[in-house]
Amino acid sequence: MQFFLEVLIGGLLSGVMYSLVALGFVLIFKASGVFNFAQGAMVYFAALSLVGVMGKGAPLWLAFILAFGIMTILGIATEKFVLRKMVNQAPISLFMATIGLAFFIEGLAPLLWGNDVRALEIGLVDEPIPYLLDSFNIVVSSFDLTAAGLALALVAGLALFFQFTRVGRALRAVADDHQAALSIGIPLQHIWALVWAVAGFVALVAGMLWGSRNGVQFALTFTALKALPVLILGGFTSVPGAIVGGLIIGASEKLAEIYIPPVMQSMFGGNFGGIEGWFPYVMALLFLLVRPEGLFGEKHIDRV
Amino acid sequence: MFYRETGQFKNSYAADQQVFPIRQDRVGIAILLAVAFLVVPLVAGNYWFNAIFIPFLIFALAALGLNILTGYAGQLSLGSAAFMAVGAYAAYNFQVRVEGMPILMSFILGGLTAAGVGILFGLPSLRIKGFYLAVATLAAQFFIVWCLTKFPYLSNNSSSGVISVPGVEMLGFKFDTPQSRYLLVLSIVTSMALLAKNMVRSTTGRSWMAVRDMDVAAEVIGIRLMRTKLLAFAVSSFYCGVAGALYAFCYLGSVEPDGFSLDLSFKILFMIIVGGVGSILGSFLGAAFILLLPIFLDITLPAIAGLLSLPFDSATVSHIQLMVFGALIMFFLIVEPHGLARLWQIGKEKLRLWPFPH
Amino acid sequence: MARQIGEVILDLKNISLRFGGVKALTDISFNVREHEIRAIIGPNGAGKSSMLNVINGVYHPQEGEIIFRGEHRKDMDTHDAAKGGFARTFQNIALFKGMSVLDNLMTGRNLKMKCNFLQHALWWGSAQKEELEHRKKVEEVIDFLEIEHIRKTPVGRLPYGLQKRVELGRALAAEPSMLLLDEPMAGMNVEEKQDMCRFILDVNDQFGTTIVLIEHDMGVVMDISDRVVVLDYGKKIGDGEPDEVKNNPEVIAAYLGTQH
Repeated sequence: MQFFLEVLIGGLLSGVMYSLVALGFVLIFKASGVFNFAQGAMVYFAALSLVGVMGKGAPLWLAFILAFGIMTILGIATEKFVLRKMVNQAPISLFMATIGLAFFIEGLAPLLWGNDVRALEIGLVDEPIPYLLDSFNIVVSSFDLTAAGLALALVAGLALFFQFTRVGRALRAVADDHQAALSIGIPLQHIWALVWAVAGFVALVAGMLWGSRNGVQFALTFTALKALPVLILGGFTSVPGAIVGGLIIGASEKLAEIYIPPVMQSMFGGNFGGIEGWFPYVMALLFLLVRPEGLFGEKHIDRV
Repeated sequence: MFYRETGQFKNSYAADQQVFPIRQDRVGIAILLAVAFLVVPLVAGNYWFNAIFIPFLIFALAALGLNILTGYAGQLSLGSAAFMAVGAYAAYNFQVRVEGMPILMSFILGGLTAAGVGILFGLPSLRIKGFYLAVATLAAQFFIVWCLTKFPYLSNNSSSGVISVPGVEMLGFKFDTPQSRYLLVLSIVTSMALLAKNMVRSTTGRSWMAVRDMDVAAEVIGIRLMRTKLLAFAVSSFYCGVAGALYAFCYLGSVEPDGFSLDLSFKILFMIIVGGVGSILGSFLGAAFILLLPIFLDITLPAIAGLLSLPFDSATVSHIQLMVFGALIMFFLIVEPHGLARLWQIGKEKLRLWPFPH
Repeated sequence: MARQIGEVILDLKNISLRFGGVKALTDISFNVREHEIRAIIGPNGAGKSSMLNVINGVYHPQEGEIIFRGEHRKDMDTHDAAKGGFARTFQNIALFKGMSVLDNLMTGRNLKMKCNFLQHALWWGSAQKEELEHRKKVEEVIDFLEIEHIRKTPVGRLPYGLQKRVELGRALAAEPSMLLLDEPMAGMNVEEKQDMCRFILDVNDQFGTTIVLIEHDMGVVMDISDRVVVLDYGKKIGDGEPDEVKNNPEVIAAYLGTQH
């Protein structure tokens, strides 16, 4: 039971990190209808920029601000040179363009900052929390808990920002109907650039947390692949969906990794580790068959 | 002036429905095929066969497969490499496990196995569309490659799933030179391209495009969405599967599951974006482009760096390659979403008037 | 006119359709007779398109019964409807934009073509023969609608009025016994409307096709239709011959307005 709880909690905490990456997708999708496959590449780019700037001697807070600046520039450039030119194209074309963008960023990042694996020190220690260890004999990493807390705070902050500020309202208007928003004088392009900057910010936080845990390396781009099943589960447009989806995927993936391979081994023999890579996808897929619009997505009626 | 259809009248619908209705095109394709079948084998060296012609044809076939699904039937897939893997491994198993199995039969069975798996992973397309489906095809990509790595049976108990194919032999003739393998691949690819062209210009293809363009209207006309989509998945996977079998048997000789990674799927997707979504010709143009570009960059980038006396290493080349790929994809999607095939068409239209444009 | 209006072939009884909490149609009953031109009119949002969608199975009503050629059913299925001789056009043109006019019309013959994809792939004998046969039929429709010159043009490039005509062509290519037209003349100029009227009347007259149409141009509706049903807020408020409907006070209040 303790072991189960440990795995479950570990899964939930890493699920929060998936939520964080998924959130970047949701933000951009809501505001511009673009399914941004490059979100993972942005996480990589942001983390590399952060360590890169720190390597030049800047303290963490300054490096964070500068890296955010770099992400903002990237966001504005994407809006100006890619998205703006693709207005009115099919969403699927935009999606393919972001695959191109992902490749571009994945090449650009190491070109600017080098492609060695870099350690990132942000002052969090990775130790079991003494209280939980002593009282319940459960190992829960304090790093994971802090990171999850940070991620949740970020999500809450963004939710408030979108709900209660002028910019947030403009953004929701754009998300609802581009043309209508344009007609009442909302500067569409500014909003898009802003959203990409915010997505860059989210990527930066995700990159910082993941990077300090596992080292800043190319593998950070795969965070996008972790986030996709979360999106399917939660729905592409739902912030709560991203969070709940992340938790479900994180927990079930870790549990599956522990409990399924032994069963398969007893059935077929051999080693069946590494099901984490596909398990979330297959789960999301099966879920889709039951509820195509996702957990929190809206049911769509075709009008003809 | 030379490329005009003036004076070529069609007296029957049959004549109007030919693959190449314009005489100049027919002559052109005949010359191209003659060169490919007769001249190339005589003049090209082994490097050209192994590094350019054979992979080009195989990638073109895979791109053709993806184009059937994505370009014609409108279902985006990010798992083409996995279906190639199914074809490769299935063909391998048929070949080594069944005594006296003809090699062509193994290729076909490999393709059919891929088609079956394709139908299975195409089932979600009945309920989901667009991005959701694209993500769902990733499930195929990861799951299939994992299976091939983890189930030793699938790779005939070889370690970590690496398979080394037996030599290709047909009716006692050994395809052991690059030249002979090139001719085998060329024959298979050209005939499958012709079959694909026939499908897309008939009711099958029209149903695919109808589903792609407006599924509700297609349904109202009486097109069965399920059957049409699954057929597209099956045919597309068949093509990818055969391409995978050729990839293992006629190109690499020895493959591992990780060779059919997501990166390869993306590469094939890039081929159809650059070449032309929804175009048979485009699949070939795109494959050539995406295959030749890295070779081109490998040669030119160090030379440029040398001229500017910049420090340069192979990692830098690969980074720049990624950037160029990415930039090209965005460029094509922005400037010419129908790819090289459309540019070729525009070129032909210009040629009708050339050199007297008025 | 030579045509003879026949028996009731489509009878809709007490149809109700809801989307979540929104009532699109409430307890609507009306029938369609063979060979007639039946119009559905009403203000925007009255549920006219929903009605057509129920008739050919795009929407499935929660309550009611549909009797088609003597067969009682709860709702229609699009495929069965197409097989049963229904063809239709849409309010916002639903052509296959990436295909040529010819190919769009050929899709209309889809149900009548029997070859499978393997025969298509090989293109030998029967597949080619079938393709040619149906091409001939499609060319007749092209002749009829006077669109020979745009045969090979991708429909996405055509002007609106012509697209509407091509969409009618696609429906006609199926040789339907019942044609459902959703605002066939919306957004057209007078000349295009006249052409479209002529085509509709010719189809009805020459092939005896039963036609159910939605239209806002009252001049046209009253001119060409045999009977008119009027909807408002998802309810039926009038039904009968044009003159009858024109003088129905409820219809005047809801839709037609009074003359000044």
